Amino acid sequence: MNVALTAPANATPGFRAGDGVRVLDVHPPGHIRTPHYIRGKTGVIERFVGYFRNPEERAYGRSGEPLRALYRVRFAQSEVWARYDGGLRDTIDIDIYEHWLEHLKTP
Amino acid sequence: MNEPHDHHHAHAAGHRHPPQADHDDTLTYYRRLEIAVRELLIEKGIITAGEVSKVIEDIESRSPEGGARVVARAWSDPKFRELLLRDATSALTSMGFELALFLDTQLVIVENTPDVHNVVVCTLCSCYPRMLLGLPPAWYKSRAYRARVVSEPRAVLREFGLELWDRVAVRVHDSTADLRYLVLPMRPPRTEHMSEAELTALVTRDSMIGTAVCRAPS
Repeated sequence: MNVALTAPANATPGFRAGDGVRVLDVHPPGHIRTPHYIRGKTGVIERFVGYFRNPEERAYGRSGEPLRALYRVRFAQSEVWARYDGGLRDTIDIDIYEHWLEHLKTP
Repeated sequence: MNEPHDHHHAHAAGHRHPPQADHDDTLTYYRRLEIAVRELLIEKGIITAGEVSKVIEDIESRSPEGGARVVARAWSDPKFRELLLRDATSALTSMGFELALFLDTQLVIVENTPDVHNVVVCTLCSCYPRMLLGLPPAWYKSRAYRARVVSEPRAVLREFGLELWDRVAVRVHDSTADLRYLVLPMRPPRTEHMSEAELTALVTRDSMIGTAVCRAPS
């Protein structure tokens, strides 16, 4: 069971809806929820969902604390797949935890 | 396993159903592990065999009919629809669904419109809105669907018989964490006269996954 929990004291989500983000292109071992195909890709925060226990820790019987902020991140399909042949407006939304995201540097 | 026939169709002479696949002839590593852990938990008094059976019965008792009732309500009642999109848990408990169904994960309803078509997948395994649809179909868990629907969704939808206009944005949802997605399909045209119960019958499982759309009876 993993429900959205009360925000930890003093915690504020590091990203807001509309922020541009990049998914870290790292490959740690273990029970990871961030699919390989999206690592290193850039998208936009669709919404902040809440704070959850970290499933990457809970998979090994640990508490999953500290809690992690979870977001829905929207990616343009043309950004994810070099040879995507659907429309330019086609997107994919993925649930990603904050420790997998970094801000896009503003140009 | 013998299951009663719940469908009616003419059987041509000599036509036989494929037998239900046996699961007891392949004692794989993980199947052996599951049996060993379950038997140990029962032996140590942590759970009972009755509790295991009860959970299996609960899971198998759910069907897409739950989701269909939710969709038909949303089509019939704009206030409910608005609440459903904003706070699915509150909307569903107001309809009489048990709160316990929605505690494990967070349900998000994604709405189809003339401009946007949504489709759901879990590329990692088989995350699925079981609380409203029951167990996922075998194809939903297949590697082919999981791999292809994210990278070439329009081709996959075409194979399901669903051809979308180019101007419709296809929005794939990969449920990789603690959210579960249910598609709110569009209400078919020429159904204005239909009651909520009649509408419920039009809502198919696949329309709530996003691999089909709802159609009015011809």
